[in-house]
Amino acid sequence: MDRLKIATVWLGGCSGCHMSLLDLDEWLFELAKVADVVYGPLVDTKEYPAAVDVCLVEGAVANTEHVELMHQIRQRTRVLVAFGDCAVTGNVTALRNPLGSAAPVLERAYLDPANLRPALPHEPGVVPPLLDRVLPLQEAVPVDFFLPGCPPPADRIKAFLQELLAGKAPHLTGANLRFG
Amino acid sequence: MVLAELIAIKERELAARKPVVITCCLAAGCLSSAGQAVKEALDQAVKTASLDAEVEVRGVGCMRLCCEGPLVFIDPPGTLYQQVKPEDAASLVGTVRGGTTHVARGEPNHPFFARQMSIVLENSGFMDPERIEAYIARDGYLAVRNVLREMTPAEVVSEITRSGLRGRGGAGYPTGLKWSTVAKTSSAKKYVICNADEGDPGAFMDRSVLESDPHRVLEGMIIAAYAVGADQGYIYVRAEYPLAISRLQTAIRQAKQLGLLGSGVFESPFNFNLDIRIGAGAFVCGEETALMASVEGRRGQPRPRPPFPAESGLFGQPTLINNVETFACVPPILRRGAEWFAAIGTERSKGTKVFALAGKVKHTGLIEVPMGMTLREIVQDMGGGVPDGGQIKAVQTGGPSGGCIPAAHLDTPVDYESLGRLGSIMGSGGMIVMDQQDNMVDVARFFMEFCKDESCGKCVPCRAGTVQMHALLCRLLARQATARDLAKLEELCDLVRNTSLCGLGITAPNPVLSTLRFFRQEYLDLLAPEPWKPATPPAPLPGLG
Amino acid sequence: MAAKVFTIDGQEISATEGQSVLEAAHEAGIRIPTLCHLEGVMDVGACRLCLVEIAGSNKLVPACTTQVADGMVVATTSERLQRYRRLLLELLFAERNHVCAVCVSNGHCELQSLAMHLGMDHVSFPYTFPKLEVDLTHRLFGMDHNRCVLCGRCVRVCWYVEGAATKNFSGRGASSRIISDLNQPWGESRTCTACGKCVHACPTGALFEKGTTVGEMQKDRGKLEYIVTAREKKQWIV
Repeated sequence: MDRLKIATVWLGGCSGCHMSLLDLDEWLFELAKVADVVYGPLVDTKEYPAAVDVCLVEGAVANTEHVELMHQIRQRTRVLVAFGDCAVTGNVTALRNPLGSAAPVLERAYLDPANLRPALPHEPGVVPPLLDRVLPLQEAVPVDFFLPGCPPPADRIKAFLQELLAGKAPHLTGANLRFG
Repeated sequence: MVLAELIAIKERELAARKPVVITCCLAAGCLSSAGQAVKEALDQAVKTASLDAEVEVRGVGCMRLCCEGPLVFIDPPGTLYQQVKPEDAASLVGTVRGGTTHVARGEPNHPFFARQMSIVLENSGFMDPERIEAYIARDGYLAVRNVLREMTPAEVVSEITRSGLRGRGGAGYPTGLKWSTVAKTSSAKKYVICNADEGDPGAFMDRSVLESDPHRVLEGMIIAAYAVGADQGYIYVRAEYPLAISRLQTAIRQAKQLGLLGSGVFESPFNFNLDIRIGAGAFVCGEETALMASVEGRRGQPRPRPPFPAESGLFGQPTLINNVETFACVPPILRRGAEWFAAIGTERSKGTKVFALAGKVKHTGLIEVPMGMTLREIVQDMGGGVPDGGQIKAVQTGGPSGGCIPAAHLDTPVDYESLGRLGSIMGSGGMIVMDQQDNMVDVARFFMEFCKDESCGKCVPCRAGTVQMHALLCRLLARQATARDLAKLEELCDLVRNTSLCGLGITAPNPVLSTLRFFRQEYLDLLAPEPWKPATPPAPLPGLG
Repeated sequence: MAAKVFTIDGQEISATEGQSVLEAAHEAGIRIPTLCHLEGVMDVGACRLCLVEIAGSNKLVPACTTQVADGMVVATTSERLQRYRRLLLELLFAERNHVCAVCVSNGHCELQSLAMHLGMDHVSFPYTFPKLEVDLTHRLFGMDHNRCVLCGRCVRVCWYVEGAATKNFSGRGASSRIISDLNQPWGESRTCTACGKCVHACPTGALFEKGTTVGEMQKDRGKLEYIVTAREKKQWIV
């Protein structure tokens, strides 16, 4: 029996969803019996591998690197999960969208408070430029399942993954669907 | 006012007619191309030529061929002049004495005129809309007198019912049925409202009627009020029609002076007061419940029906609300009989209908035709088809609530049911012709933008759904939409049509639905390739469970 | 008043004449989702979430403004209705900036709770992200237009319960806004009695008491019910 390949990705988010994933505590050992985590902030892999079974994406699509990465991930992943409110709705990451572009945020962060040599970060090829509009995951690539919550509590993640691992289409209901 | 006085006015008016009448269109279309200056120049030219005794220059309502305005008609000999300029006045007046003029002549026998049948517009273009005597001379107010003196309210309702008249505002509800519902309510206070909040893009039928023959609408309302037992009426007219408003004000003042409005109409015990309420530019106020809220001085927003206005309308009282053209049909029906009216038109759509012909058609303007005439006869024969030999692609009827009928269906008779079967509606009478240059997705986008801007914001599907549909249509036109987006658009159409509160929302998807039905390929041609395989529910993960 | 007997989701129930389908259903323990409905003020049929099917008619009708009739057969949970309700909710979420995670009403919000109960796990429309104001000029209360669903409950309690007529709508369509007086800053309103009924009528965190932070703003509908019951039934029930 092949072991399942699970990946996690951290886009424009606070990493709270990953923290919540770690809150699964001992259930992580259960998970480890059937699956390998092949990519993500919790493992040291540079390149997103091929033929990933499940990818949990935390965070919204906020810069050009995120877009490229997501295109790659979508092509190499069977089941793509929007993991947490930022991925599902844009959430806090997208709070800047009503401002119309990335410029006001960058100016507020890098120019307004600077005492010496105010400058916007500009390193082509190193620092990816921000998108003018932060995208929820499904506006960038097709998403298979949504796991809302800010962050989704550990037992909600568990309920979701258990169904997925059981070969079912996860179907969250009631309190397990709460945003925020 | 009694019958003898009415007849005396008519006779005085006819006796005062001069041998030659030069009529000059002073409706909004011709006024916007300097019609007023033409009229004044003609007045001056008659004076200069010392023809005052023989020639009358008469400002009249719409002469219909709006695209060729300003229009001037000299009778005798019965010549129509087009695109008249003020400096042409002297030579035009000169023709009365056998002179010549270089001014372009129209063709009064062209199908555009010859195929028309005038009931609503019977006075339009012939009489001065600002003189009640002119209306009386054309048998105006005779129907009111006869109704008040010789008929019971129930007989009037029955006459309207038998005529088969249906509402001209769009939905085609049987007018007699509406009247009888209001008549049967037992309230001591009832209202009659004339809906003159014409707002469809490209529609100007009601405006023309009000500008050309305001007394006809008053007369229809007086008869209606008598039939249903109302003593107060309102004409709700949009502020964008200043000329119509001023002519209505004049008409109401004149009718009051002659005892045709107010206490004791025609010296009968029947009282009827009529006031104008001016809309503030919201399309949704053409919806009857929103209109009534606006008349009451509240925010113009629709409310759920029932209760229908006939039971609980203006200020909670039973209210009869009809469109301008519907009321305008009433006096001739009472004057000439229900049978006469019912003999015109088709089995289920009686009488005539006024259309504002616009778009890619040679002759744009106002037409009145018997119901059941085919679209082809209207746009091809009367309208002259697309200028410069282009091909008709579709005809849009019913404004933002209507649909686009493709050229293949041009032989459809114009009646309520036939248009409905093609996913459009009769509507209030806007008719826009489109040629091969017109992109139907763009047409749908135009109307959706209109609905989005005019949504009152009360119910969620119309307020937020039109925004999303408009955005999707824009994405399509920018070639950024995928098949999934198109499916989303259709899903939204279904949602908005089935869940909106009022007619505006319910019909807002129509321009999209009708163009999708007949011109789907144009949508498909704009689709961007789907960058991803469509998201299918993933197969069960292997070996786990 | 005559009694009416009708069927709702296969269950025969009785109601009094003049009662709405919504009231009768709630009395019988059948929950129909609502958003613009508020106990104690008249219904307007604006949110369309309570739409139900009536046998024999293609038209969906709002349960809140439809009166019961003898023999009426009502369905409230068809697949089509549930799909429409979810889409309507999605439209609401996409229309303004509803960021549950940082909202004063997180956990006590009717919109959030509707999403939960109607199974909305994401919004399939692009969010519009409008730029909207927050009015913090009032001494006690704030108004965040980002979270407003335009249900008009604040307007109705302000007019018909408090009688102050401070709150109203301005604009139309997507530009509709709840305003105070003639679109003045709330704090400068000369009609507002600072009674707070609008705040407690508001289903979301759009209207809130100043000083509350994320998740702290719990709305107390009891006060409204107390006043309305006292006025209409002359009963002072705490």
